Amino acid sequence: MAVAKGSAPQSGEPSKRGDRRRQLVLTLSRVWAWAFLGLLIAFFVITVPLSSNGSVNFLTVRNSQNILMAIVSVLLLGLGQTFVIITAGIDLSVGHMMSLASVVSALVLREVFNAGVPLFPAVAIGLLAALATAALVGFLQGSIIARLKVPAFIVTLGGGFVLRGVALLMSDNSTVIGLPPGVRDYGNESLMYFIPGDSGGLYFFNRPEVSGELVRSMDRILPYPVIIAAIVVILMAFLLRRTAFGRHTYAIGGNQEAALRAGIPVDRHLIQLYMLSASTAAVAGFLSTLRFTAGSAVIGDPLLMSSIAAVIIGGVSLAGGAGSIIGTVIGALIVAVLTTGLVMLNVQAFWQFIVIGIVIIVAVLIDQSRDLIVSRMRSGA
Amino acid sequence: MEQTAMTSEGNVLSREPMLSVRQLVKRFGGLTAVNKVDMDVYPGEVVGLVGDNAAGKSTLIKCIAGVHQPEEGEIYFEGRRVHFSHPIEARDAHIETIYQDLALAGNLNVGANIFMGREIKKPFLGGLVKVLDEEFMLQESRKLLEQLKIHIPDFTQEIETLSGGQRQAVAIARAVYWKAKLMIMDEPTNNLGVVEQRQVLDLVRELKSQGVPVILISHTLPDVFAVTDRIVVMHRGRKVTDKKTSETDSQEIVQYMVGALDDNRVDA
Repeated sequence: MAVAKGSAPQSGEPSKRGDRRRQLVLTLSRVWAWAFLGLLIAFFVITVPLSSNGSVNFLTVRNSQNILMAIVSVLLLGLGQTFVIITAGIDLSVGHMMSLASVVSALVLREVFNAGVPLFPAVAIGLLAALATAALVGFLQGSIIARLKVPAFIVTLGGGFVLRGVALLMSDNSTVIGLPPGVRDYGNESLMYFIPGDSGGLYFFNRPEVSGELVRSMDRILPYPVIIAAIVVILMAFLLRRTAFGRHTYAIGGNQEAALRAGIPVDRHLIQLYMLSASTAAVAGFLSTLRFTAGSAVIGDPLLMSSIAAVIIGGVSLAGGAGSIIGTVIGALIVAVLTTGLVMLNVQAFWQFIVIGIVIIVAVLIDQSRDLIVSRMRSGA
Repeated sequence: MEQTAMTSEGNVLSREPMLSVRQLVKRFGGLTAVNKVDMDVYPGEVVGLVGDNAAGKSTLIKCIAGVHQPEEGEIYFEGRRVHFSHPIEARDAHIETIYQDLALAGNLNVGANIFMGREIKKPFLGGLVKVLDEEFMLQESRKLLEQLKIHIPDFTQEIETLSGGQRQAVAIARAVYWKAKLMIMDEPTNNLGVVEQRQVLDLVRELKSQGVPVILISHTLPDVFAVTDRIVVMHRGRKVTDKKTSETDSQEIVQYMVGALDDNRVDA
């Protein structure tokens, strides 16, 4: 007689009802982040005090734009990180990479502009310089991780320290200033402007020449950094969902050995992912240079933890194999809405950390219990 | 397809072997894991490779699959001498190896697994970039599994939600799709329920009927007797017998496995 080993199910056909129940759990676990985000917004709409004329204060055009502006950096750091974590890796250097990119783009922009290049090309060259730096950093870190088999945690931890030192050295332990004043517009102006009231209206591309009370009531809709971040989001989502590159990323995260046997160039792919991760961080650094008209050697340092928080709340598994770009976007939104809302409620800032910390842990608990329930259902228990 | 029905007896001998292993030696330090082994596999033939633990059968197939590089001896595939320095080279020659759970990504669906590493792409935005052709891959997978009589209710399900037997079937189907010329299966029925074991054995027969030769490593002698044409027994690195399945029985094979019988004993 054949000997059956283990306790695998005897039949490959689960019941229809079990199927539907499992589907329900899966659907719930997928939409919980959306639901949570919706609840958060509703909560703050109700609890944040109304303004003097009695209208809602949280869900205003201005506040929504503030929230979007606030997530740009965290989101960009999280986008590349999403790819890396899907392969069960981690990039702890993204915060310092952002700082270095801010310094490099500021230095290059300034020198190129001073050499007589017009503003727009100078800004573009500044971006290219930041991206080139990121490509080099990502290539070096990725090569050590993929080819020399040093754990990503170690390489990017050490790499982060190195980048921090280099950024401080290059900026002479300070901020890179002396950028052409026009840079400010790229980092702060918007696609649209809206002034409420009779004398107001909706303006495109060009800021209306107004002053006094009107300037204060003017809303900036879709600032350029938000638009650039949105473009990067769309590109990354496309890359992850629709291309062979994205499919290989999931395959490596699901089973690296199988990916290798299937002929996927795993080492090369991992190197490219660390280059990608450094690059989205470099875009964040570049945008911060535009926004503050200065390069800062420390601007990205505190953002690492928030970006990883966004990725994890968004459902990317540290064990690899699972996650999506839209999830990371929602994760970043949850972090930003929480932070902004608590500030508007005049809650002491320290509470933000406590709340975000709890949300991270609960998010992972939900994902884990989903996996547990699904596997229980499969084994028919 | 039909000519494969006449694999046993004379027809086999008249044909060229698909795979020939000659005097293969693989050592690990002082241990000779594979010691001057000869082995042939003919088209449409299922060969059982059996032996106790550490008999050298896994090392032998790893040499064939490019995981290990032998110190001595030759491997001929389709009549040509081959040297595989990497498993991917063996796979490029259409030698596919099925390990328990090693070949699939659990987080991807059936279609994505069958096309893993060889995704089909279509132009997007007027050929500016290429995107995955999910539709095509799903259709091809459905056709393939139908042809192999593998039943999977939902193709968009992630592989890890399928049963062990279904996963094994998908791994085999993938090898078939990519035109395997030799299939090596290392304990394919391990950790499977009785029904699923039978399904995998049915697949082995299906492969045979499609002319794909199979080397089947198994500890489960009833399985081996159920599907093989020939049985090769190894003991302590050496091949001790090579018999037609129809001309032996499990008691005799066990005698070979424990070293009580040995066709190739040099001293005797």
